[in-house]
Amino acid sequence: MIARFLKDEGVEYIYGYPGGAALHIYDALFRQDDVKHILVRHEQAATHMADGYARASGKPGVVLVTSGPGATNAVTGIATAYMDSIPMVVLCGQVASHLIGEDAFQETDIVGVTRPIVKHSFSIRHPSDIPTVLKKAFYIASSGRPGPVVVDIPKDMTAPTERYEYVYPRKVKLRSYSPVSRGHTGQIRKAVELLMSARRPVIFAGGGVITGRASEALTALAHRLNLPVITSLMGLGAFPQNDPQSLGWPGMHGSYESNMAMHNSDLVLGVGVRFDDRVTNNVNRFCPDARIVHIDVDPSSISKTVHADVPIVGAADHVLNEMLNQIGQRTEAQESLDEWWEMINAWRAERRGKLYEPAASGEPLKPQQVVEAVHRATHGDAYVVTDVGQHQMFAAQYYKFNQPNRWISSSGLGTMGYGLPAAMGIKLNYPDEHVVLFTGEGSFQMMMQELSTCKQFGIPVKIVNLNNASLGMVRQWQDLNYKSRHAHSYMESLPDFEKLIGAYGFKAITVNTADELEPALEEAFRSKDELVFLDIHVDPREHVYPMQVPQGAMCDMLLSKTERT
Amino acid sequence: MRHIISMLLENEPGALSRVVGLFSQRNFNIETLNVAPTDDPTLSRLTVTTHGDERIIEQITKHLNRLIDVVKLVDLTEGAHIERELMLVKVKAQGSARDEVKRTADIFRAQIVDVTPSVYTVQITGDATKLDAFLQAVTPLGVLEVARTGVSGIARGDKVLSL
Ligand SMILES: Cc1ncc(C[n+]2csc(CCOP(=O)(O)OP(=O)(O)O)c2C)c(N)n1
Ligand SMILES: [Mg+2]
Repeated sequence: MIARFLKDEGVEYIYGYPGGAALHIYDALFRQDDVKHILVRHEQAATHMADGYARASGKPGVVLVTSGPGATNAVTGIATAYMDSIPMVVLCGQVASHLIGEDAFQETDIVGVTRPIVKHSFSIRHPSDIPTVLKKAFYIASSGRPGPVVVDIPKDMTAPTERYEYVYPRKVKLRSYSPVSRGHTGQIRKAVELLMSARRPVIFAGGGVITGRASEALTALAHRLNLPVITSLMGLGAFPQNDPQSLGWPGMHGSYESNMAMHNSDLVLGVGVRFDDRVTNNVNRFCPDARIVHIDVDPSSISKTVHADVPIVGAADHVLNEMLNQIGQRTEAQESLDEWWEMINAWRAERRGKLYEPAASGEPLKPQQVVEAVHRATHGDAYVVTDVGQHQMFAAQYYKFNQPNRWISSSGLGTMGYGLPAAMGIKLNYPDEHVVLFTGEGSFQMMMQELSTCKQFGIPVKIVNLNNASLGMVRQWQDLNYKSRHAHSYMESLPDFEKLIGAYGFKAITVNTADELEPALEEAFRSKDELVFLDIHVDPREHVYPMQVPQGAMCDMLLSKTERT
Repeated sequence: MRHIISMLLENEPGALSRVVGLFSQRNFNIETLNVAPTDDPTLSRLTVTTHGDERIIEQITKHLNRLIDVVKLVDLTEGAHIERELMLVKVKAQGSARDEVKRTADIFRAQIVDVTPSVYTVQITGDATKLDAFLQAVTPLGVLEVARTGVSGIARGDKVLSL
């Protein structure tokens, strides 16, 4: 029944790992060809694969794991998806109903364990409920503000001895769940009035614009009113970065101009963002002169950290289009933004050409220049996946995104190990595209067993290991806050990556200098059908800048090892 | 400020733990919690009393509303409402204290519902302040055990919390 439902729901791939409580389901999968199962090497990887696919496609990723350790191994991936509002359905085997509560072999209360990190969860209580419950799970996971949904399936619910009639439920209704779409017209009018009369407005667009497929509307609005656009890290690509109105992303390691502009603005139009602490820095000093308009599908996101002067609950595309509509009907002129753009362009000019110093010949490569070189080699239109650390921030800063759904990174939870499986989930579904993983030797070693999955299913991702032989981000904090006492931030006894990758039958190229970089990239990106691992040794002393000063305002930043605002 | 938030909850396994979990997860406080079936077998009614400023209460109601199991919700303290709680108290009742307990119970319109040679069990209903006041009054006499149901409430007038 589960296999049939997945087929009818249009699911092409599921990612999982078998075990006792899931074996009936696995047997059903074996006896059909429509839904393809990808066998990972660790359940966490299954969740990240599903998550990567979901971020790239906007559709829910589907995971199948067994009870107990299978389900608990999936927890990190579920939490990762939850923090970034990613649609996912996780099917967990469970011990048979009559054993539940007896501490039976491989029994874990996974609904209980995952309660704070799911959008919702279900336990199947009758086999005939399976199609409706699954339909509800998919509906909840992918509508409104998306998120992971866990479905706990006791083994006897999938016992093949009983037969129930199967009907695919085309639609489900939940009396207690009806995501809003249309925003309140009166509130939208207020927002438009504020926008027209603002002298220093900025748009602050987040992941909600990407999930809500509202990039076009956002771009149209920004162009219409000549507004500067800042996107959150989750919103990278929601507005094209090659557009002159783009200021990049703000926050902890955000661009100088975006932090300066947002801090000095008199109006922030937040769309599908959650004003989290990595952006606002000290909330009490956040945007002292700005009024806040906040558009979000999830009312609980509004005024959670930053008070919204004009809250608008609604889907981003609807609200933005309605704003455009109302602007079209107005006759009064918009306040001039010339002075504001002058200020912004001055901030831009201040840092131009000063972001980092490329390596002199013979010196170790700078991670930033590697990212820029990869950007050129892929013409800026690869799917870019990252792990977590300095390399993640460098990738976000120096790869420029012009389309939504191309930047794939664990932002809210910051899960090391996310990258490789997420990249695999994307490559599998978009075989004709370049999928590039920027990773660090620390993160990569958290999920490197998945090379074996790449081998079994032929998943040719490109892996750029920015190898600084250290847990660089941790080391940076220790340099800045702990007088360079590098407690356990070294990665001693690193493997010989060429041999390691070679053991799986893949190609690895070691790069030590700038001269070696271009030829290695050329070789790596020549074909889209070959997994290539670039082990690029970069300067371990490099820090990520700008960096906001703790407890400061957004504009309080370290700009390099020697400069601050 | 103290708020009484009442909601209709899907009568599903796990629904209650989602509500309670939300409070601890988000660092909201629960002072009392009361939950029981309604006339509709698919719904339970759950009432919590909690403390917080306006911003916190707004967050609490928004997050509760976000739970799929919460069908409808009202902050009773926003309007005129009736608040009731039931308490059972075992009070020492020997010698002269026996009369004193009885008198105090009468003053509070409480009932003695069980009697032994040394103990009265008193039942009292009312809002939380009345119950607190009664407890205070009988504490010098020797309180042995207290069982309170937690607050339940309903809006005054025509307003109803239903589907
Ligand atoms: C699972 C997990 N454990 C610990 C951390 C804390 N942490 C954040 S960045 C980082 C270092 C990452 O090292 P590496 O992958 O080599 O990247 P680099 O910073 O060196 O580029 C650590 C340990 C985390 N984010 N995730
Ligand atoms: Mg590293």
